[in-house]
Amino acid sequence: MKYLRLLAAFFRVSIMGELAYRANFFWQLFQSLLSLAISLVGLGIIFSYTDTLGGWRPDEILALVGVYFLVGGIIGLVIQPGMEQFIDSVRDGTLDFTLTKPEDAQLIVSIQRVEIWELINIGLGLGVLVFALIRLGENVGVLEAGMFILMLIAGALIIYSFFLILATLSFWFVRVENILVIFQSMYEAGRWPVSLYPGWLRYGLTFIIPVAFATTVPAEALTGRLTWEILLGAVAIAAVMLIVSRLFWRVGLRHYSGTSA
Amino acid sequence: MKALAELYAQQFKTTLAMMFQYRASLVIWMIGQVLEPLVYLIVWSVVSVSSGGSVGGYTTGDFAAYFIVLMLVNQFTYTWIMHEFEYRVREGNLSFALLKPVHPIHSDIADNVSSKLITLPIMILIAAGLALAFHASLSPTLWAVALFIPALLLAFIVRFLLEWTLALAAFWTTRVSAINQSYFLLMLFLSGQMAPLTLLPYPVQVVAGTLPFRWMIGFPVELLLGRLSLAEALQGLGIQAVWVLAGFVLLRIVWRAGVKVYSAVGA
Repeated sequence: MKYLRLLAAFFRVSIMGELAYRANFFWQLFQSLLSLAISLVGLGIIFSYTDTLGGWRPDEILALVGVYFLVGGIIGLVIQPGMEQFIDSVRDGTLDFTLTKPEDAQLIVSIQRVEIWELINIGLGLGVLVFALIRLGENVGVLEAGMFILMLIAGALIIYSFFLILATLSFWFVRVENILVIFQSMYEAGRWPVSLYPGWLRYGLTFIIPVAFATTVPAEALTGRLTWEILLGAVAIAAVMLIVSRLFWRVGLRHYSGTSA
Repeated sequence: MKALAELYAQQFKTTLAMMFQYRASLVIWMIGQVLEPLVYLIVWSVVSVSSGGSVGGYTTGDFAAYFIVLMLVNQFTYTWIMHEFEYRVREGNLSFALLKPVHPIHSDIADNVSSKLITLPIMILIAAGLALAFHASLSPTLWAVALFIPALLLAFIVRFLLEWTLALAAFWTTRVSAINQSYFLLMLFLSGQMAPLTLLPYPVQVVAGTLPFRWMIGFPVELLLGRLSLAEALQGLGIQAVWVLAGFVLLRIVWRAGVKVYSAVGA
C-alpha cells in the first residue's frame, strides 16, 4: 500500500513537471498516431495478399498490434525511464541520494521517473485491442481474458527484471547507457507473432531478449492459442527472473562505492 | 584542396579511434540495422509461401534478395547526423565548428564515410550469410550492376544532403527528436523498407516517387534486382540527379538562415 502511495507521488511529480510543456502532448499524440497508422496500413497491405499470416487471422494480428502498443507504452511509461536515470545516477554519483532514503533502493530506482505522455500509447493500444476483440467476438471469454491479464503481468515482470539486470551492469561497466537500446530494436520484432521466425531467432527473442513474453504470449492468450505449458512456464520464468534480478541487484549494490561522497 | 584532404585523413583516424572505443555500441547499433529488414524479409516470405510461392511478382527468393540488398543499401546511405546536430546546438559545440575555416559538413562527410569503410565489410558478410540462409535469388544483368553503382552513390548523396538539412531544424526548435521519429516512420513506409513499393497501392507509389524517399533507398534496390527497364533506370538516375541539386540548394539556403538565428547558448 505504501508502495502504491510512493508510485502515486512520483506520478504526481512527473505530471506537474510535464504540464509545463503541454505542447509535448500533441507531439506525442501525432507521433503515436502516425506510428499506429503506418503499422495498420502495413497490415492492410500484407492482408491484401493473404488471408492468414503464419496461421493468424487479420483480427488476431490486430489484437497483437494492440498488445504491442500497450506493452510498449508500459515499458516507456515507467520501466525504461527509471532504468535510464538509474544508469546515469551511477555514473555521476547521484545514486548516493537514493541510497540514503529510508525506502528500498530498488523500488525507488524502478519508479523514480514516469514519462506520462506514454499513456497515449497505452490508450491507443487498449483502443486497438478492444476493437480487435469486438471483431473477434464470441471467441474471447472470461477464461481468455483472465489468462491474458495474467500473461500481461508475467510479461511486464519479465521485461522489468530483464531491464534491471542490464541496468545493474552499470555498477561494473560505467558506460552502458546504450545497452537499453538493444531491447528497443529487438522490440520491433514483437509486432509479429514469434512463431513466424526461424528457430534461432525465435529462441533468441524468447529466452535471450524476452520480447516474446511481452507481446506474442499475451496475444496468444486472447486468441486461444496458449497452452498450459506456456502459461505455467511464463509464470515460472517471471518468478525466477524477479528473484535473480533482485539478487543480482544486491550483489551490484555492494559493488557500488559512490563517486563524489 | 590539400588542406581538405588532410582534414579527411585526420577525421578518418579520429572516427576509427572512436569506433574502437565504443565497440559495444557499434554491435548494438548493427543488430538494429540487420533486424528490421530481416523481420520484413521473414514476414513477406511467410506471405509468399502461403500464397503458393509468389506475391505481386516477387517469389520467396526474390523477397529474400530484395530485403538483403535493401539492408546493404540502407547501411551504405545511412546517416546519424539528425541525432548529432540537436546535441551540437543544445550544448553549443557548434560554435567551435563555426570557428574553423572549412564548412562543418566536411568533417561530417569524412566521419560518415570512414565509419562505413569499417562497418560495410561486416555488413556484407552478414548479408552473405543471410543470403545463403534464406535462399536469396539474385541474377542481375551486367548493365543493372553497372548502373547500380552510380544509383547507390547518388542515393547516398541525396540522403546525406537532405538529412543534413533536416538536422538543421535544431536551430529553430527543440523538438528535433519528434521530427526525426516522424521522418523515420515516413521513410520506413515510403522508401520501400516495409515492402517493395510496387506492392503498395498505386497512389502511394506515386507519392513515394514524388518525394525523395524512393530515390534514397528503394530505387537502387529495384535496379539491382532487375525490376526496372533500362529506360526506367536511366530516368531514375536523372531524378536522383535532380534531387542532388535540390538538396544542395536547400542545404545552402537553410544553413545560411540557420547560422543567423543560432546564438550559442551557454558558450
